[in-house]
Amino acid sequence: MSIDIVSQKETAQGGIVPNKFAPHRASGGLVRSSIALSRMELLNFFRDRRSLVFVLLFPVLLLVIFAAIFTGTIEGEGVQVPLKQLFMAGITAAGVMSCAFQGLSINIVQERESGLIRRFARSPMPKAAYFIAKMVRVLVTTVVEVAILLAISIGFYGLPLPSSGQAWLTLAWVIPLGAAACALMGMAYAALIPSANSAAAIVTPVFMALQFISGVFLPFSAVPGWMQTIGSFFPLRWLAQGLRSVFLPEQLAVTEVAGSYELDRVALWLGVWVVAGLILTSMTFKWKGPKVK
Amino acid sequence: MSAEEAMPVRVRGLIKRYGERNVVDGIDLDIEPGKVFGFLGPNGAGKSTTIDILTGTRPRTAGEVSVLGQDPAHDKTSWRSRIGVVPQSTGTFSEVSVREILTVFASFYPQPLPVDQVISMVGLTEKSKAKTESLSGGQKRRLDVAIGVIGNPSLIFLDEPTTGLDPVARREAWELVRYFGERGTTTILTTHYLDEVQELADKAAVIAGGKIIAHGTLAELGRQGSHHTQVRFSLTGSLLGHPLPQLRGLPPLQPDAAGMVSFSTDTPSEAAYSVLSWARELGVREVPDFAVINPTLEDVYLALVAGSEQRNWEADQA
Repeated sequence: MSIDIVSQKETAQGGIVPNKFAPHRASGGLVRSSIALSRMELLNFFRDRRSLVFVLLFPVLLLVIFAAIFTGTIEGEGVQVPLKQLFMAGITAAGVMSCAFQGLSINIVQERESGLIRRFARSPMPKAAYFIAKMVRVLVTTVVEVAILLAISIGFYGLPLPSSGQAWLTLAWVIPLGAAACALMGMAYAALIPSANSAAAIVTPVFMALQFISGVFLPFSAVPGWMQTIGSFFPLRWLAQGLRSVFLPEQLAVTEVAGSYELDRVALWLGVWVVAGLILTSMTFKWKGPKVK
Repeated sequence: MSAEEAMPVRVRGLIKRYGERNVVDGIDLDIEPGKVFGFLGPNGAGKSTTIDILTGTRPRTAGEVSVLGQDPAHDKTSWRSRIGVVPQSTGTFSEVSVREILTVFASFYPQPLPVDQVISMVGLTEKSKAKTESLSGGQKRRLDVAIGVIGNPSLIFLDEPTTGLDPVARREAWELVRYFGERGTTTILTTHYLDEVQELADKAAVIAGGKIIAHGTLAELGRQGSHHTQVRFSLTGSLLGHPLPQLRGLPPLQPDAAGMVSFSTDTPSEAAYSVLSWARELGVREVPDFAVINPTLEDVYLALVAGSEQRNWEADQA
């Protein structure tokens, strides 16, 4: 993409003649701004060791621990599957949420506090470019995270590759839709966080609790009914269920609460969260005001 | 010439109210094009609130504001492209380099300056590949300035550009302000340092307690307030034991305990002449410690601010 820099008249001192007239375009344009910001988001994420450890490595650690602890099997209609494979689907879902919800909401609060958001607001940056770049960040980091988790699960713990074209297709829509739902939930949630100091303390317990009641740390069917109901309001439960349908045999669907993987409901709930997150974010995201330093 | 070119910033009766208090209390400002305008006042005087309103980051309670011919409250993208703001404190992506962050900000503007040119302008060429986190305080400030001007603005707001800088970094920041002044970019410089205004600004306004208490060229500011020129001399040697001269419009002169006579006057030449002729009649051609002292801008500034605080205190009592 070409970036046109208007030629400047040089003055005797070698300086530049200042802009006396309004340019024809209002800003640098949404596409150009979004590309530049997305590139920056990715450089910033992958160069920051803290975010790499906190966001990417934590789910890997969980995976290794769970695989070592759970040695039993789970039975479906005529199949036996190692219990750890059940958790691998769940931990992959948690990995998506780690990148999309936890990583993003803390990142936004830090930018709000460091003055970066205020600085963007004072530039002609198209506002949408900021959110587009955040979604690019989330999607790319999620894909990397899922690839790492699956590589370990498949390479070291015998998780089978998705067995049908159908399963691959499901993987291809569940991951981005789940990431988008969690990211928008994270953006909206950032509005509730008072300061960067308290961000981890306000985000992590919620994420932890959701992992318990959404079928990540425990089989979802083992969670008490009322907790299942609460968990069902949030995207993680549906994301985990969608991923189980990808990696576990169809015969194991009987172990699900509804007796099937309910892919239609997975799509519906994740879609609802995308819409709800968009609405909540547009209502609560502040470019200026007392919390925006 | 359009109204916008004639007066890039025009403010009438600007008020910002928080609770019961007017933090900005009916100020008027006219800022001419191509000049460096100093906006001077103690902490908490209403400077930053005013700048926030002028840059569209805070709503106002009342008054008329026009910045580059637009109401900042409308916050149009095309208008944003033409103003540069260098805030007091800023953040950047911590993990990216000077050049990378400037490239991002350049992408937001329709006609940005070339990134490398801006980097060399602020003297960061050596650091262009360094991560922003590794920069020193002075270098970070220069990066802030670079980000503020990358869009080639017609109007620049510099909010306390030297607060917290060491003396060397401070001089460097001044060089930058001069650079933009010479370029003919209208620059609004907020500060609580008087020497900064003296050094850099063509015109200035002093704000205290939310009100503009003085404005004009620096020479005009120097003449404001109730401060007069001071004349003084020592009452020693042959001058002792004689009645002191009677000066027109002044109470009888009295030496202090150290034998120093001093008085304030609006007509220093006339007064000096009287004192020197009186001494010469007594046979003294060189009057010991004789001096005519003009008030410094600092004296004027401190007197103005103190006067404003006094008036506010009296108003609160009443």
